[in-house]
Amino acid sequence: MALLEIKNLHAEIDGKEIIKGLELTVNAGEVHAIMGPNGSGKSTLAYVLAGKDGYQPTSGEVRFDGKNIFDMAPDERAAAGLFLAFQYPLEIPGVATMTFLRTALNAQRKKRGEAELSTPEFLKKVREVAKKLGIEQEMLRRAVNVGFSGGEKKRNEILQMALLEPRLAVLDETDSGLDIDALKIVADGVNQLRGPGRSFVVITHYQRLLNYIVPDVVHVLSRGRIVKTGGKELALELEARGYAEYQEEAAA
Amino acid sequence: MPSIRRKRRLELSSLAASEVEMNAMADVKVMKTAAETALAQEFAQARARLAGGPAIAEKRAAAFDVFAREGLPHRRVEDWKYTDLRALMREAKPLASPPDAAAKARAKTAGAVLGDVETRRLVFVDGAFVPELSDVAALEKGLTLGSLADALADNDPALTAHLGTLAPASDVAVALNTALMGDGAVIRVAAGSTIERPLHLVFVAGAKPAASFVRSLVVVEQGARVMLIESHVGPAATDYQVNAALELFVGDEAHVDHVKIIGEGSDALHVSTLATVIGARARFNAFTFTTGGAVVRNQLFLKFDGEGTVAGIRGATLIKGKQHADTTLVANHIARGCQSREVFKSVLDGEAHGVFQGRIIVKPGAQQTDAKMMTRALLLSDRAEADNKPELEIFADDVQCGHGATVGAIDPELKFYLMARGIPAAEAEALLIQAFLGEAVEGIEHAGVREALMDQVAAWLKARA
Repeated sequence: MALLEIKNLHAEIDGKEIIKGLELTVNAGEVHAIMGPNGSGKSTLAYVLAGKDGYQPTSGEVRFDGKNIFDMAPDERAAAGLFLAFQYPLEIPGVATMTFLRTALNAQRKKRGEAELSTPEFLKKVREVAKKLGIEQEMLRRAVNVGFSGGEKKRNEILQMALLEPRLAVLDETDSGLDIDALKIVADGVNQLRGPGRSFVVITHYQRLLNYIVPDVVHVLSRGRIVKTGGKELALELEARGYAEYQEEAAA
Repeated sequence: MPSIRRKRRLELSSLAASEVEMNAMADVKVMKTAAETALAQEFAQARARLAGGPAIAEKRAAAFDVFAREGLPHRRVEDWKYTDLRALMREAKPLASPPDAAAKARAKTAGAVLGDVETRRLVFVDGAFVPELSDVAALEKGLTLGSLADALADNDPALTAHLGTLAPASDVAVALNTALMGDGAVIRVAAGSTIERPLHLVFVAGAKPAASFVRSLVVVEQGARVMLIESHVGPAATDYQVNAALELFVGDEAHVDHVKIIGEGSDALHVSTLATVIGARARFNAFTFTTGGAVVRNQLFLKFDGEGTVAGIRGATLIKGKQHADTTLVANHIARGCQSREVFKSVLDGEAHGVFQGRIIVKPGAQQTDAKMMTRALLLSDRAEADNKPELEIFADDVQCGHGATVGAIDPELKFYLMARGIPAAEAEALLIQAFLGEAVEGIEHAGVREALMDQVAAWLKARA
């Protein structure tokens, strides 16, 4: 069944329309890639889904597990199982990574009516997840993302994803700024989490990431609309030919 | 500096206008407010029974003269620009009577803010020392404790010599304290002694709307080490008044930590002063934590009198409603090669008004001073107000000095990041506020005290949400 259903979505920033009638359906367990040139609305779509202020949906609807997400605050969307891996993860000086992770996990559990994890239970879980992703304990002792390299920040996003176990993860250009080793680590993290109950929307400019996270469906986003949908071979085609023809199509 | 600007404005106006203004000001001076009149009456009635021999009586009289001349400070007095005591202190409460059994019973649980930090408590109720509530037995070697009232009554010459030498005599708050001081702590830590258990001066206001003037004197001799905590608490919805002053001598190579917790009741007026002279190669840390009181003026006067001393002067203020809290700091570098770090953070909600005035003075001889001051205010509401006035007065040419001041709201990007991870808005804000204050609180070396204060921050945030 459809986990995410976007119908005729229009959204604007500062009164400027960026998403112009977007349609997308993601079923449970599927991995969709959204590719497109700069300025096509990829990150805007990600923020609209997560509920960032200023990213204003003006018409259309987005249903997550059948529920209208525009009725939900960002934290409620997260607790319902929607996760956004940020393109530019933020540094939060003074907030310890472990405090952040525990507060997030327990807030979500509480909202879902599940028991909060005790400190030992939580520590055990974080250690397991970190070990699987090859994240050193030292990184967890620092303040959230403070002094992290670009690669470490992205890895921290994947750690959060693995810990929070969302039903749908939206990865917003998670490959940007990563060298090939960091890219592999991130992709491994995603692949470990793939399963029938979990879906992904992988937003990327380049095909490179899709060598490691192989999508079920590839969409081309241009000027705020999905202009082409295909299988994983579409990504290779885009890599070879570029986005020019789709930009013209969208403009037409 | 604002004071210079004001003078210029006067010069620019016509002579006639400035004459009118000056006459007007002179008239205002003659007019005594109700509070000023009441304070004068209080002093006249009490002076005969206030403790101390002729030398102290003379100090009291001279101090009162300062007040009689200046009156309560108001907004035209630059140092009190943002805390117009004349307007804020509508009336002067009568001097508190000695506490009765009921007041003492209520004071038993006071000072609980420190949680399970083990301290030696010295409890003062309505400004009077209460030995039966205090831990005065089994003093560590090198520690001497007493009450100011006793020391004044005994005409202790050491006390008479020290008292009033550190606090600026021209400051009206200090002058009133000197004139009307009743009791307080007198503490000496002998050279080379390390006092493991922090000393905790607990000042508890009783149920009546009265005024207390407490004065403490602490001498930490060469190479000694001690932590000194003051907490000021009292009942809510009682408009009592507290004027507390502490004179602190920090000897050469001594290591002193001072923490002041201002947790007064909701309607209290609290004016307090820490005046300290720090010797050479010493370590000194001061921290003020303010959450209570309707009007709070917290003054710190520090003098770096010996070379090579390292000091951290920090504070955190969390206020809401119509609370007003003013921190005024003067760090005076006289000796060379000292380092001072000043970090003050305030979180202001509702219509609260936070003030920080910080002045770093570097005297001509204080070469190689390294002084940095930072003040940051976080506004949680549109109606809260923060006034920051950092000043540097540098008369030496080989120094590193700097200051910074910021006022802002919670960063919406950070808040969204936390919320996108499932953390509800109120909790996300609380995390960010704790992080904001953490930078200042981390300066406290005692882990237990640090945690107790962060617990207080969490409790304040919980009450807010």
